[in-house]
Amino acid sequence: MSLTWYVVVSAFVFAIGAGGVLVRRNPLVILLCIELMLNAANLALVAFARAHGNQDGQVFALIVMVVAACEVAIGLGLIVALFRQRLPIDVDELRELQG
Amino acid sequence: MAEVVFFIAAIGVIAGAVGTVTLRNPFYSVLALVFHLLSLAALFLLLRAEFVAAAQVVVYAGAVMVLYVFVVAYVGGDRSALAAPVGPRLKVLSGLFALALLVELCIAMIGTTLTVLDGQGTGFFAGFGSPREIGRLFLTDFLLAFELASILLLIAAVGAVLLARRRSGLEMAGDLSVADVMRGTHGTPGPAELETQAEAAGPAPR
Amino acid sequence: MSIELLGWLVLLFPLAGTIVIALGWRALPGRASGWIGTAAIAGAFVCSILTLLELESHGHEERQIVAVAWDYAASLGVDAQMSILIDPLSVFMILVVSGVSMLIHLYSVSYMGSDEGYRRFFAYLNFFVFSMLLLVLAGNFLLLIVGWAFVGAASYLLISFWYRRTTATSAGIKAFVINVVGDVGLVLGTYFILDGTGSVDYLKVFGAVEESFSVNDGDLVAGCLLLLVGAFAKSAQVPLHTWLPDAMEGPTPVSALIHAATMVTAGVYLIARMHPLFEHAPTAADVGAIIGCLTLILAATIAIVVTDVKRVIAYSTMSQIGYMVMGVSSFAYTAGLFHLMTHAFFKALLFMAAGSLIGAMAGVQDLDRMSGFRKAMPFTFGAFVIGGLALAGVPPFSGFFSKDEILAYTAAREDWHIVLTVVGYIAALLTATYTFRLIFRAFYGDPSPEARELEHGHLYHAEEHTNPATGEVEDTDVGFPGPEHHIAEREGSMKIAMGALAVLAIVGGFLQIPKVTEVLHHFFEPTFANSEYFEELEPSGTLTAVGLILGAALSLLGIAIAYALWVRERGRPAAIRQRAGFVHRVLVNKWYFDEILEFMVVRPSAWFGRFARNTFERVVVNGLLVVGTSGAVRAGSAAVRAAQSGYLRYYVTLLLGGVVALALYFLLST
Repeated sequence: MSLTWYVVVSAFVFAIGAGGVLVRRNPLVILLCIELMLNAANLALVAFARAHGNQDGQVFALIVMVVAACEVAIGLGLIVALFRQRLPIDVDELRELQG
Repeated sequence: MAEVVFFIAAIGVIAGAVGTVTLRNPFYSVLALVFHLLSLAALFLLLRAEFVAAAQVVVYAGAVMVLYVFVVAYVGGDRSALAAPVGPRLKVLSGLFALALLVELCIAMIGTTLTVLDGQGTGFFAGFGSPREIGRLFLTDFLLAFELASILLLIAAVGAVLLARRRSGLEMAGDLSVADVMRGTHGTPGPAELETQAEAAGPAPR
Repeated sequence: MSIELLGWLVLLFPLAGTIVIALGWRALPGRASGWIGTAAIAGAFVCSILTLLELESHGHEERQIVAVAWDYAASLGVDAQMSILIDPLSVFMILVVSGVSMLIHLYSVSYMGSDEGYRRFFAYLNFFVFSMLLLVLAGNFLLLIVGWAFVGAASYLLISFWYRRTTATSAGIKAFVINVVGDVGLVLGTYFILDGTGSVDYLKVFGAVEESFSVNDGDLVAGCLLLLVGAFAKSAQVPLHTWLPDAMEGPTPVSALIHAATMVTAGVYLIARMHPLFEHAPTAADVGAIIGCLTLILAATIAIVVTDVKRVIAYSTMSQIGYMVMGVSSFAYTAGLFHLMTHAFFKALLFMAAGSLIGAMAGVQDLDRMSGFRKAMPFTFGAFVIGGLALAGVPPFSGFFSKDEILAYTAAREDWHIVLTVVGYIAALLTATYTFRLIFRAFYGDPSPEARELEHGHLYHAEEHTNPATGEVEDTDVGFPGPEHHIAEREGSMKIAMGALAVLAIVGGFLQIPKVTEVLHHFFEPTFANSEYFEELEPSGTLTAVGLILGAALSLLGIAIAYALWVRERGRPAAIRQRAGFVHRVLVNKWYFDEILEFMVVRPSAWFGRFARNTFERVVVNGLLVVGTSGAVRAGSAAVRAAQSGYLRYYVTLLLGGVVALALYFLLST
């Protein structure tokens, strides 16, 4: 298996994640799709690490995981705060920042 | 043998991704993502990244997804359709963009001059991908990134606590939102909010 | 003192007077500004006399001196300099201008004494004298234009001196607009001359006119005709004459100075100064002569029926300037300029006397209400008679010699110019008639109430001050005439000024008695040395004698007619008016020139202005440019604002679209 396959899979997942961000209205699911994209990036990184024969890519992937975890924490905290304020959990309804 | 495992894992990855995007119930989306993550861990193993795979399963699928499950249980979420109030135009457009992105990436990769991807990769030594090597790298070459990552985690933890904090008594003026005013609840906490038990009992009626 | 310095001093004295009065008016008590103004002009007059003496001490060939102060634009190829030309013609003009101005300033010290705008008056008056002196002393076309424009501006300021009177301000605007037409003509004419000869300096142009143009060259004729337009506007010749009668809205000293003695003579000076150009383009000169002739007869006919004292004298001025224009356009330079000088004397005298008369009538200028002032105002009456005799051309007064000299010269031209002479004599008859009509009506007959009061030693004072033309009530605050009126019998300075002018009106003629004392003719020789006609054109002895006798006879006849109509048979004029009603109407309406100009010029301009406002301004400028640009900006910003819809997914779509495009770019560029 050439490594190209792995990178192609990563591209697929990334595109699916991007499409998901665009079409879903529930912010939770949008966050999930963002996770998808991050994972796709991780896969690509690890594949390249294997390609080059050093582990820098893997370290990078671990850091990405850390960032993803932080972002999830904050994002979910936001959603909980929204829910507490009795606001609709729907990105199309939440549009006060319009001009 | 490796090819078979690869294909099974790859199919799992993509199926999980598609499931995350298309399933109506957000809970099911979370479960699909978990499946996706586990398949991804298998792919990582194929790439000789053992520690990353382990971290993926333990941290990502274990902790982060559990967090998601809790929040989905708390918040719920409508079984909303994919249609948007802005119109079907947006759906078409977004599909198009995603497709375009995919095509571009594939062209980029397949047509790349990076010959390194054509093979199995360069040779690797015995401890490639092991925790010892990763740890060594973290504490020597990538020490700064390591430290910054820990600070980031701290910030995120503090931020999450702040965001989800319940305020007792009257809300501050800055917390008042237009939606609130429009809905008629001018910031004074309703009777249901003041009761901790009611909070835990389930989603408040909207 | 060198002659150049004296020349500049002549200019600087009035300028200094203006500045001192204009800037320091608060510090000047009472009549001090009046005396400062008069002193400034007196200084200019003294310097003029000294300049004359200096000039005489030069050799006969070196009597054209150019004094250059600085170069304006030497590098542009146009020799624009601040230079004055001191030669017999300009010295003559500065003597006349500063002398008569000095006397009028003296007169105004008392005449304007009770006016709130006293200091403003003298500042303006000094400015005017400065501008006029600049005009006549200018050594090149540029300074001429500057002086010309300044004089027009000063005229506007002085005509609308009582600025709260709408009649005065409209008269000022009318005068200024017509003067601007003349300015345009002058500037365009200068352009033609500059284009042809390559210079704006007088002496260089006059030297180069023979090589640069052929005789009656189209460009030269065009340039001269344009210069004539300027001259006609300034000198109130047909058809640019309608401003002069209305200009009588200004105070009487203004009428005396500007509209009798100095500004209106600027046109005559211009033609005399540009004589090489006009002699080289006889067509233009002929046009000038014809217009001058037309004006003189037209004005004389109108003067017979007008009932406003100052307007009678104004039309008489127009007529006499017509004589002068006719004279210098027929190349009778000495005669024309001689008449300029004598006219300045007796016309200023007449205006001063009229001012005194109007003072006795408490501001009323209507001849119909005046009669029998002879016993009450003997000095004024004497001044009027002397001025009137000089104007009518009765020997041995000055007007006789000058006017008849012009007519003799035009007869000496021997071609169609004879017609001009005939018309001139007819007008002379009319001149005598209308002049003495004025005198007989105002001073003879039963005394009017105002005269009766004055006989008892009490100057008539109206309780309510009204605009004499429209009758609307005015107060005597700033912008309106003052509450008091001054007459010559009571004011010393007025008497001195009028007396001096009366003496000059009597003896001034002896300077240039044809064939006998040709002082002026010899004096002017250096200026007109390059003229073909100056020496050659001379009426024979017989012609001169016949002319003089004919002139004297006609003027006496005119006086007799006036006496008959307005003293002996007092009912005749009314009867004549009834019989010749149509003629009378035409004359009273000033030959309908105002109406014609209104129809041909004012209405189209007003229409164009309205059109410009409605169509161009509203549609193009406002609609297209102003509202259009702001509308375009607003539309653009609205379009951009639409992107801020607030929908998260919309933003993400755009983001993704951008990423895709960027990736595409990078893909394609490899």
